[in-house]
Amino acid sequence: MENEYLEVFIEESKEHIQSLNDQLMDLENTPTDKDTIGEIFRAAHTLKGMAATMGYQELSDLTHKMENVLDAARNDQLVINSDIIDIIFQAVDELEGMVFDIAEGGDGASDVKELVHQLQHVEKHGEVPTTSEQSSDQKQAGSEATKNETTSTGQFSSLDQFELAVLDQSQENGYNNYRVEVKLNDNCLLKAARVYMVFEVLEQVGEVIKSEPEVQELEEENFEETFQVLLVTKDEAEAVQQKIYKVSEVENVIVEPFDAHSEAEQTDEVNEQPSSSKDTEEEQASAQQENQKPETKQSTEKPKQKVGGKTIRVNIDRLDALMNLFEELVIDRGRLEQISANLRHNELQETVERMTRISGDLQNIILNMRMVPIEQVFNRFPRMVRQLSKDLGKQINLEIEGAETELDRTVIDEIGDPLVHLIRNALDHGVEEPEKRKELGKSEQGNLLLKAYHSGNHVFIEISDDGAGVNREKVANKAIKNGVITDEQAQSLTDNQVHQLIMEPGFSTADQISDVSGRGVGLDVVKSTIESLGGSITIHSEEGNGSLFAIQLPLTLSIISVLLVEVEKEKYAVPLSSIIETAIVSKSEIFNAHNKEVIDFRGKIVPLVSLRKVFNVPTEEQADEEYYSIVIIRKGDKMAGLVVDTFVGQQEIVLKTLGDYLGDVFAISGATILGDGQVALIVDTNTLIN
Amino acid sequence: METEGQEIKSIVIELDKEEYAIPVEVVGGIERMQHITRVPNAADFVQGVINLRGVVTPIIDLRKRFGMESIEPTESTRIIIIHRENFKVGFVVDAAYDVIDIPEDSIEPAPQVIGTVDADYIDGVVNINNRLIMLLQLDKVLSIESYQNAYTKER
Repeated sequence: MENEYLEVFIEESKEHIQSLNDQLMDLENTPTDKDTIGEIFRAAHTLKGMAATMGYQELSDLTHKMENVLDAARNDQLVINSDIIDIIFQAVDELEGMVFDIAEGGDGASDVKELVHQLQHVEKHGEVPTTSEQSSDQKQAGSEATKNETTSTGQFSSLDQFELAVLDQSQENGYNNYRVEVKLNDNCLLKAARVYMVFEVLEQVGEVIKSEPEVQELEEENFEETFQVLLVTKDEAEAVQQKIYKVSEVENVIVEPFDAHSEAEQTDEVNEQPSSSKDTEEEQASAQQENQKPETKQSTEKPKQKVGGKTIRVNIDRLDALMNLFEELVIDRGRLEQISANLRHNELQETVERMTRISGDLQNIILNMRMVPIEQVFNRFPRMVRQLSKDLGKQINLEIEGAETELDRTVIDEIGDPLVHLIRNALDHGVEEPEKRKELGKSEQGNLLLKAYHSGNHVFIEISDDGAGVNREKVANKAIKNGVITDEQAQSLTDNQVHQLIMEPGFSTADQISDVSGRGVGLDVVKSTIESLGGSITIHSEEGNGSLFAIQLPLTLSIISVLLVEVEKEKYAVPLSSIIETAIVSKSEIFNAHNKEVIDFRGKIVPLVSLRKVFNVPTEEQADEEYYSIVIIRKGDKMAGLVVDTFVGQQEIVLKTLGDYLGDVFAISGATILGDGQVALIVDTNTLIN
Repeated sequence: METEGQEIKSIVIELDKEEYAIPVEVVGGIERMQHITRVPNAADFVQGVINLRGVVTPIIDLRKRFGMESIEPTESTRIIIIHRENFKVGFVVDAAYDVIDIPEDSIEPAPQVIGTVDADYIDGVVNINNRLIMLLQLDKVLSIESYQNAYTKER
């Protein structure tokens, strides 16, 4: 049971942390946006609540301190600047670390004293400038107001524009505004619990607009016996009072009408006494507020609509199990089709056809369920780029396009690290320092574009920068030095071919090994990861104008279309994605070049590869055939012709691995189970072309 | 390791007229012989893969693994499915018999030369009712390294 909660807690915490990250990035661009601060505050508040419920004290403490800072910002007690955001980011990082620790079975404990101290400092520091800004008589008035507040003689220290607007509106609509003051028993032990009960009563009769002290303070019992709230209700004062008295340990309840305007005027007076002209300004301002009100409402409603779709959270293991079961169904479906075709029984055939259609729909749904927007991977990049550009002293503008593009979960899980590597690479080696960019006549700010889109059965991810590009000379020299290519080869290679060299094993062109990238593991790791996912990566670069890394990935890794071919009695599957076409050529069309068999395929010389030889297929007796069945496959610009015995046909198959025991087998990328229950191997065409 | 009175429940299999024991905990099932898809370019003793209820499972010809001559499957040929931590494999054996309890204290260390199987693959020998049964050292038989070694040696 507890584990179940823990899982939910971890998942939701991660979401909230992500939301914190996103909103903080937004906030950095618009530091005064109250909506954003509100969003951040809410995320932090929820996180705090959850952490406290689960008993993670440090997590909850740190969030609480962060929340205080945000609350201060929300109430105009401090002004958000880049430094404050930095500290909050640090706190969020720390929170993330804790959550990950918990996810890995730790207790989420971490030394956060320093951060807590910093946050507290910010919170206090933020207060100092605002009070000192006030003129002397404002200060006096301010202190009066504080006196009022502490003795709680029926005034609220400050009502913000929104609260005032709500009060106005409710009065117009025939609601009553009350100030409710509740005094608890002196020897009340569980004050927070009582407060909670009082609030529950209040929320039944109406809506609490504001409370003093703040709700969190009340939750933590940071008050004496008395607290007051602003209540909007349709009920009479008497009735409200009676209801609150029903809560035990309540000593005294005062419910009195509350006039928002006299209160507001009072506050205005308090704050803006010195000049009458300011008064009118204030009036104008409040008039504006009224006008603005519907707008603010709209803007708060918008995000609500966005999250309106009904979703449930499902453990990925269950989806995997569903997928596995469905895969077995697909195999049985194939078997049924075969049987019904053999029996030629009308009703059976109809039923099987129907089942085939339904299971086709089912397949689409299940595959779609496993699709997740690449946003999941992309949304951590703005943070990373921000931090990196600070570390490197570069100015980077990151743009993200197509974050909604969907990919199979298995691909999403794997693609993150390679992308991180590529982005680091682009920032470190690609984009130049601001001064240098200026010299070169570029804008000081470098641009990095991250773009994802669908095309056919593939997803493309492109990372492009407008930096230095690949230096042919440097790359070629390094490649020669490291023995990747020879001197002569370097001469004959095209620019494009040289560029691809930076992804060969053991390559790092940075003169100095920096902290950011070039730690010895080069782009070859990226390349091999992407290839292991059945994808490919290419570089297009123009020296001085930047580079583009293009990654091509299969939409899904679990079900693919293949052409089944037969060699003797063995069946092999060739992925359709790598097939250009099939052809039957007569023996006379085959030539010998450098002891290799080649054919002339639409004006191109294509080498032939005999599957029989590659796979050492046991052969009874080589009958000299007049015609060859050939599958033309490609890898990038290169082509090859696979010689097989017969084409069996096209089929959707479920991709399976050969298992850890066998590991990598030459020219085999996996296996699948055919309709007759037998296993067929999938040909890894990439290794057959060189 | 030796605890008084402990018994190891084992499945007895036959290979080239000799009997071997595999602890039941690691055995996932016993299957009849079925079509095995050959995996080209894999190690010699890997006979291929089968479809084991939707899971592609490698099959090892245990005779070949131990350097014996491999034979055509007969009526009694069985595939013993072995569960390891991160993979499953199947052993092709001449026959699979009963489950017996082997008292731990009756196990004797394997003599250097015993039968045809390299002593490295034998954990110990036990004599039960005049049956000489050898306990297979599965970690050795199945270790990825030994597979990789055999694999590279062939190349």
